[in-house]
Amino acid sequence: MCQTCGCTITAGNAHLPEAETSVAVLKDLLAANDQAAMHNRAHFDEHGVLAINLMSSPGAGKTTLLEATIRALRERYRIAVIEGDLETVNDAARIRAQGVPAVQITTGTACHLDAHLVHRALHDLPLAGLDLLFIENVGNLVCPASFDLGQHLNVVLLCATEGDDKPAKYPVMFRAADLVVLSKADLLPVLEDFDPQRAAAALRALGRDTPIIRTAARRATSLDAWLAWLEEQLSAPRVIAPLRPLQAGLTAGV
Amino acid sequence: MHELSVCQALIDEVTKIATSREARAVGRITLEVGPLSGVEPELLARAFEVARAGTCAARAELSIAVPAIMVHCSDCGADSRAQPNRLLCASCGGFRTCVIEGDELRLRAVELDVPEEHAVAVH
Repeated sequence: MCQTCGCTITAGNAHLPEAETSVAVLKDLLAANDQAAMHNRAHFDEHGVLAINLMSSPGAGKTTLLEATIRALRERYRIAVIEGDLETVNDAARIRAQGVPAVQITTGTACHLDAHLVHRALHDLPLAGLDLLFIENVGNLVCPASFDLGQHLNVVLLCATEGDDKPAKYPVMFRAADLVVLSKADLLPVLEDFDPQRAAAALRALGRDTPIIRTAARRATSLDAWLAWLEEQLSAPRVIAPLRPLQAGLTAGV
Repeated sequence: MHELSVCQALIDEVTKIATSREARAVGRITLEVGPLSGVEPELLARAFEVARAGTCAARAELSIAVPAIMVHCSDCGADSRAQPNRLLCASCGGFRTCVIEGDELRLRAVELDVPEEHAVAVH
C-alpha cells in the first residue's frame, strides 16, 4: 500500500483495467465519539452514578447553580463535578470549595467537551463512591449539543437575560434537553421583554414535552423545584437516553 | 460546527473501506447531512477540500444529500414534514413527535476504482 495516499496501485497491477464499485456504507460519522460515550455510560451504570450534562451559553449561571445545588444536597448525596472550560481552573476551584471533588478539563480552543475528554477525567474521580455526577460543559449553545458524553440526562439553562426566543434560535441544543432551567428568574420582574409563555411555546414547538423549571440560584428558597426534579431522577430507574439516538439498522462503531 | 473533524472521521472511514477492497482511488463519496445534525453542508464541503489532500480521497467528489426533516406523531400516528424549530405534527398539530429523518450525519456510499478482478457490486 502506498504510504502517501493509501492507494494500492503497484507495478504489478497498474496495467489492469479499472472497474467502479459502489459500496453502500451507512456509517454514522460521529460513531467514534458515540462509542466512547457508550463506554462512559457503562462506567456510570456499573457504579450506579447518575450523570447529568449541564449546558448553556456562557454566563447563564451553570457554576452558580451547581454551587447552590451542592450546598443543598451534599449531606444526602455523594456528588462530583467535571468542569469544562477553554482556559482557567476557576470553576473547578469554586466546586471544590463546596467540599466535593471536581476535575477541570481545559480544552484549549475546543468549544465543547467530547466523550474522550470525559473518559480521561473519569480516571481522576472516585466513581465507586458517587451518586451524582454533573458535567458542566463549555458555555456554548451550539457545539456541545452534538457530542454525547455518556450522560443519562441533559439539562440546558436558559437565562432570563438571554431572551425568550432562544429555543427557536438553537433548536439542536434545546431539542436535546430533558429539562430546561430558566435561570436568574429573580430578574424577570425587571425584564419586561421576556415572556415565559413564548419561551415555553418555542420549546414545545421542538416536539418534546420538556419541562421548564425556574431557579434563582442566589436565593436558596428558589431552588425547590430544581432540587425536587433532581431527587426524582436520582430515585427513578435509570433511563438511558443517548444524545443522538442510534438510527434503526445502525450501530455505533461497527 | 466541527466540519474539519467530521471530515477527518470521514476520510478515516473511506480509507478503511478503500484499503479493504484494494481500491486504487476513491471516486464519489455520498453523505447524508440532516438539517438537525449540527453540521453545515457547505462548510463540510469546504473542509473536505482541505482534509482530502494527500489521502486516497484526494480526487474524490463529495456529494451531500440533505434529507427533509420528517417527524412521527405519537398522538395521531402520522408522519409529516417539519422545520428545524417547528417539529410539530403537520396533521394534528401535536407536539409529541419524534424525528425520523433529518438529524443524520452519515456516510451513505463510496465509489471505488478497483482492479477488475476485485470488482463486486454491493448494494
